[in-house]
Amino acid sequence: MSLVTIKRVIRAGFLDFWRNGFVSLASILVMTVTLFVVGTTIFAGVILTTTLAQLRDKADINVYFTTTASEDQILALKQTVEAQPQVQSVEYVSADDTLAAFRARHQNDQLTLQALDELGTNPLGAVLNIKAKDISQYDAIANFLRQQQDAATGNTNIIDKINYFDASHRAALDKLQTITASSQRLGLIIVIILILTTLAISFNTFRLIIYVSRDEIQVMRLVGAGQLYIRAPFVVEGMLYGLIAGLLTLLLFYPLTYYLGRATADFFGGVNIFNYYLLHFPLFFLIIVGTGVVLGAIASFLAVRRYLRI
Amino acid sequence: MGQSPAYPSFFTMIYYDRVSKIYPDNSVALEDVSFSVEPGEFISIVGHSGAGKTTLVKMLLAEEKPTNGAVFFESVNIHEVPLHRINSLRRKIGTVFQDFRLLPNKTAYENIAFAMEAAGRSEDEIRSDVPHVLELVDLQDKINNFPGELSGGEQQRVAIARAIVNQPDVIVADEPTGNLDPVNTFEIVQILKKINDLGTTIILTTHNKGVIDALKKRVITMDRGRVVRDDREGKYIL
Repeated sequence: MSLVTIKRVIRAGFLDFWRNGFVSLASILVMTVTLFVVGTTIFAGVILTTTLAQLRDKADINVYFTTTASEDQILALKQTVEAQPQVQSVEYVSADDTLAAFRARHQNDQLTLQALDELGTNPLGAVLNIKAKDISQYDAIANFLRQQQDAATGNTNIIDKINYFDASHRAALDKLQTITASSQRLGLIIVIILILTTLAISFNTFRLIIYVSRDEIQVMRLVGAGQLYIRAPFVVEGMLYGLIAGLLTLLLFYPLTYYLGRATADFFGGVNIFNYYLLHFPLFFLIIVGTGVVLGAIASFLAVRRYLRI
Repeated sequence: MGQSPAYPSFFTMIYYDRVSKIYPDNSVALEDVSFSVEPGEFISIVGHSGAGKTTLVKMLLAEEKPTNGAVFFESVNIHEVPLHRINSLRRKIGTVFQDFRLLPNKTAYENIAFAMEAAGRSEDEIRSDVPHVLELVDLQDKINNFPGELSGGEQQRVAIARAIVNQPDVIVADEPTGNLDPVNTFEIVQILKKINDLGTTIILTTHNKGVIDALKKRVITMDRGRVVRDDREGKYIL
């Protein structure tokens, strides 16, 4: 294509866009709905991911040590556990700290505190709180700890209890894992269905627009216009629809996320979507406007084809 | 009655070689039609509705494919030209239709300019030629009007201006006066005659007796898909 042709094509695209005012408006609105769904999907994904991450973060396993276990022994174990690839972090709480926490928790319970004082010595052992990188890896970590426990005999066995082997703790962890996995899968399915639906609607809208112009396309053919020369202005028009719809969608998200930002932050305990939107605006711009322009171009390019067979 | 040769000579511009068109429902639109057109001729094709006139014209424009036979334009078999090349062939043929077929979203000027743009002409040529052809059809003051703002006769004149602007070798006018009153009909025929006098070949289909009798040019008469008469200087006989 020469420069003159490109200029003519762009001018024709803009002119058609302007003169088909109502059709243009309608297509922009349909396109806006599509892009809105795409944008909402991103937000929903962000909320889901952060919420699930927070839920997962609540999961851990605790290893309780015997009161006779020395700090050196415990720290040595801590180091071996930390060296495991599945482990994200290990927190050491000394026997004294455990006692202090226990006292703090029962500060209004005089009976328990009196019993504790009567005892004289610290009945509580130290604790290691272990967090895995992924919720599914607790099993492996717990088994590793049990092997350590089994290998040690007599005095060297310092582990009193690993709560992962408590039925209730284990059930809670398993449940958390199923919930996060299935909600991720469900989220993905819903997203795919939504996007496919809106894509279908958009494509159909473009087919309607071009159906309206089918006689014109025939006339252009009979006057001797080449296929590309007929097609290109429609593609320009489609890209223009996508661009305007994209900007409209971005504009729409501003008050909407502002309004919903605090509510989502409070309810899901995760991110404030308004802040997220502002922080990632270039990304949103690229995805939403880009989707609009590409979608408009492809949809109109394909829709014109069936009327060019003459 | 002076029969025109059915077989092409060296100068032949258009040649229909035993063309038949049978639609899938077995209705016959054309049956074994052969004739040739020399450069500079003014040919009228007459016949009742459904005689096959429009089908004949559509074949020349590669809008329809013959079931049997072939149509040659300047020694090229039209139906062997691939779809993406057909546009350069069509630029050599100016077309005028009964329903005008202007682009509704473009002004008179833009409609004509579009045909020139499609042919890859420069902006300077367009700026100088479009007003010139509009003047030729006496529409210089409607240059910026949309087709919806023009009368039938005016729209047809824009269509003629569009057909001639690229200086085609032949103009095909399919019932160009079918939707027009007698005064406009007369004007359109006069314009076509003028174009023919300037050297362009014209193929006109019509069922208007007055037009044919006034022209005194070659007439091909069609009936039920067949050529029944081909007269050098014909009258409307049916």
